[in-house]
Amino acid sequence: MPLGLLKYGFSKKHPAPRHFVAPGELKPRYDVVIIGAGGHGLATAYYLVRDYGITDIAVIEQGYIGGGNTGRNTAIIRSNYLTPDGVHFYDESVKLFRDLSQEFDYNIMYTERGHFTLAHTDAAIRTMRWRAEVNKHLGVDSELVMRDDLARLVPQLDLSDTVRYPILGALYHAPGAIARHDAVAWGYGGVASRKGVEIHQQTKVTAILQENGKLIGVETSRGTVHCNRAVQMVAGSSSLVAKLAGFKLPIRTIPLQACVSQPLKPILDAIVVSGSLHTYISQTPRGELVMGGATDPYPLYSTRSSLEFKEGLMAHMLELFPFLAEVKLLRQWAGMTDMTPDFSPIMGLTPIENYYVDSGWGTWGFKATPVVGKRMAELIATGRVPDLIKPFRLERFEEFKLVGEKGAASVGH
Amino acid sequence: MKILNCPLNGPRNISEFVYGGEVVEHPEPHISSNAEWADYVFLENNTAGVVREWWYHAPTAYWIIAERDTVADEIIRTYPASEVYGERMAYPAPPQLDES
Repeated sequence: MPLGLLKYGFSKKHPAPRHFVAPGELKPRYDVVIIGAGGHGLATAYYLVRDYGITDIAVIEQGYIGGGNTGRNTAIIRSNYLTPDGVHFYDESVKLFRDLSQEFDYNIMYTERGHFTLAHTDAAIRTMRWRAEVNKHLGVDSELVMRDDLARLVPQLDLSDTVRYPILGALYHAPGAIARHDAVAWGYGGVASRKGVEIHQQTKVTAILQENGKLIGVETSRGTVHCNRAVQMVAGSSSLVAKLAGFKLPIRTIPLQACVSQPLKPILDAIVVSGSLHTYISQTPRGELVMGGATDPYPLYSTRSSLEFKEGLMAHMLELFPFLAEVKLLRQWAGMTDMTPDFSPIMGLTPIENYYVDSGWGTWGFKATPVVGKRMAELIATGRVPDLIKPFRLERFEEFKLVGEKGAASVGH
Repeated sequence: MKILNCPLNGPRNISEFVYGGEVVEHPEPHISSNAEWADYVFLENNTAGVVREWWYHAPTAYWIIAERDTVADEIIRTYPASEVYGERMAYPAPPQLDES
């Protein structure tokens, strides 16, 4: 249980020390440079410090801490994927998430709610059964539930036959959780910065410096920084940074929009997702219903919101939860996602020695934050690719060995 | 709703169109290496700025090329594919496969 606030209350000294240590001037040389101060970048810095004792790290961010997709997702955490590669990977992430509040002494508001992926067709029921069996085999708590169970577990759902897509059943993943996404980045970054990691915001990387195919440093808007190794963790801008380094990625940058309703009293405990209807919804601890849908129909480097998206999303949402008709929307936003051809991330080595990549996180990056940090830190510290992330290597495309993940969010089956 | 000007059907809602990817050069399938073919199939320039793309008008099954700004979300110009691809591409005959 994080006791930071209680300790502060009883402390004689006010105010509390800064959460993030101010970094000062950019030094000319670091051991490790991490491009991107989102959840993934800060988690990597944290595990480099915690597990490998490496503190000579600069995290370089063109915007502000957690200002990209870390603060734009719908904060859902689950591991009920379809491929064994995906299940193993996300399961480790879920296990790490559970202990984060304690480790940071800072509440990330991780709460297990139960996650329901609805099935509206016989084909979807078959896929859910398949996913449930893969999950159970690998030790992840998942089961197929039919309408009678759903009526008891999610009584808010309209389970009638008088809708366009009647609900037949659902994949029930009891450990499915939500957390406060900003707090995850702040927790990782706060601890890392107090241990000596420098987080430089408002600093843009403008070139990746190499010599004989080996990384030697990065050029930034605040001067040149030399380093032994670097990693790019810049969802939405992955292709642009990779282009600076001189390689291409199989990524399209496509906006994903989401919105929240006005705050309501606690009314929806479960996280409800429908892949076929491209909708997902959960209620935050402060009462807002967080809703998201499918990615936009074409690539765009923009975080604009559109009316078409909301019309499409709400048409389906009202079919699931008719009571939402009277509820007003409070906020809307979009994030720029890295969409890959196989709905799986790209992480590991690049054509440049000592330069690593963590990208392709599409609509599934937040839930992977801890495991990405831990395993990318292992890769950076040891130079060896951990088994857990080997299936997600960049070369898989050249080898035509795609992962084929069909358990990704907002993807119909 | 964004309007895309179809060279065949005139201005139509963009929701009638399907995005078809960047216009890139097609390598010759029989002689290209795995890397070249993977580059063509999977890798993307994913440019932030003006791009040239395939778009498909689904109701009339008609492919067009559009120039679009991926930062400003603006369609600059659309034209029939025949403006770029006037004649059928000529590839060398595929190598004979051993049928034993």
